Amino acid sequence: MSRLLDVEDLWVRFPTRSGMFEAVRGVSFSLGRERLGIVGESGSGKSLTGRAILRLIRPPGQVQARRIDLDGHDLLSLTERQMRTVRGQRISMIMQDPKFSLNPVMRVGEQIAEAYLLHANTSRRQARQKTLEMLEAVRIRDPERVARLYPHEVSGGMGQRIMIAMMMIPDPEILIADEPTSALDVSVQMQVLDIMDKLVRERGMGLIFISHDLNLVSAFCDRVLIMYGGRIVETCAADRLHEARHPYTRGLLNALPRLDAPRPRLEVLKRDPAWRDEPGVSGRQ
Amino acid sequence: MNTRADTGANTGADTQATKGANGIEIENLNVWFGEHEDRVDAVRDASLCVPEGGSFGLVGESGSGKSTILRALTGLVPTWSGRMAVLGRDLGRRRDREFYRSVQMVFQDPYASLHPRQSVDQVLGETLSLHGFHDIDRRINKLLDDVGLGPAFRFRYPHQLSGGQRQRVAIARALAPEPRILLLDEPTSALDVSVQAEILNLLVDLRAERGLTYLMVSHNLAVVGHMCSDVAVMQLGEIVETLPVEDMRAGRTTHPYTRHLLQASLGEMAAGA
Repeated sequence: MSRLLDVEDLWVRFPTRSGMFEAVRGVSFSLGRERLGIVGESGSGKSLTGRAILRLIRPPGQVQARRIDLDGHDLLSLTERQMRTVRGQRISMIMQDPKFSLNPVMRVGEQIAEAYLLHANTSRRQARQKTLEMLEAVRIRDPERVARLYPHEVSGGMGQRIMIAMMMIPDPEILIADEPTSALDVSVQMQVLDIMDKLVRERGMGLIFISHDLNLVSAFCDRVLIMYGGRIVETCAADRLHEARHPYTRGLLNALPRLDAPRPRLEVLKRDPAWRDEPGVSGRQ
Repeated sequence: MNTRADTGANTGADTQATKGANGIEIENLNVWFGEHEDRVDAVRDASLCVPEGGSFGLVGESGSGKSTILRALTGLVPTWSGRMAVLGRDLGRRRDREFYRSVQMVFQDPYASLHPRQSVDQVLGETLSLHGFHDIDRRINKLLDDVGLGPAFRFRYPHQLSGGQRQRVAIARALAPEPRILLLDEPTSALDVSVQAEILNLLVDLRAERGLTYLMVSHNLAVVGHMCSDVAVMQLGEIVETLPVEDMRAGRTTHPYTRHLLQASLGEMAAGA
């Protein structure tokens, strides 16, 4: 498989009063033209891993890696100016809640067009045309009308589709989606995932899908990395997630209530301190 | 019409079971916001019944009106019509202290529902003194024990607690007046799955120990399936179907929207199973 992104030995640290806090501890993985899931609980370092790739971790936080390789360029050695051409154009990111990621005082059509104008050398008119096409691609029925709306006038599901349109319009090679559907309803969730899936497939993109939801990741991704305590503890094919071996992954799976297999009590995850000290697993292929 | 005396009799050990008294009765409830052309009908003609000691789930997407029913029940929304009764007593426009003693609510987001500058001790102490308890010190320790926290947490502030610990404090606060009914509004949707399992187990245990009645709102069918015996499915302010959880599990649904919800959540599960 052709590698789009290769991350080797990634660390993210934050200085605290009681010493250095290591949030991500030596994570290695590669991404091809596939849908790669990263699952873990809050504090496992999954979101920071996504942000570190785009160098979105602000000081005093520190990012260190042997390399974060995008097409032969080490992202860590780029200048901030060069990095800006990577963000959006080559790798873009969808965050959890559209409420906080859209500009509240700008019409959504303008925001999407702005994303396009920044990265492509075209006219406003063409950007507008492209915006409407993109809104249609994310299955918004009346793109002309929706483009004129402000973010507070759209629902959560529609807001997230607008975010997807905005992130897809510069035609990036890699999309990082950090809990893109956790703020949405179950029924809307499926629809948004479906749209994202179709776009990613059609364009042959690589997708990093960060989520705490094991079922969702196993249904939606090709390959899964399971993170615990800043490390990858296990990797597996998404459709074999239920055969996972690591006690942490097993514990998470057993803690889920299931409609098709009722139990009087849910299993409570017993965390073994040894898990933190185990050497991590590499997710490179 | 049931009177206070009747309610009092129900607190005796087994009488309510034999009498089959209802914990919560809602008939033809309408709830609206705004007036005239701005009027939005959030709940339309909803009826449900939860026997005392029962556990009932309300599912549906956001905006379907499920939380609004809970809010109307607790008196947080004044604009409603229809009939609501709790423990055999019809509810009027105002709720008395007796009502708030027997009905308590646990909210979705433990980060937002606890006062950031009040310690656990203050939160529980205030609730207890408001409801006229005297042996507050003993009760606070007992409550913390009941929700599995222990006395070490008594003088902590919310920011010194994890999400699961905060939700435990919120549950302890709700249990303080010794209620008989708990209204649960998405109590675990802000939590990780492993913490969700702990909180759901705690809620199951508390109901078994105290004979509590639960009315639970959730968008997660699996959670409702685990916690409740009956479910009402809401869409656009209306209850479209009420069915036992076994029927939902077996796919014995009549309304297409229920089937759609079921597919959305079983679709994920089939892939995970």
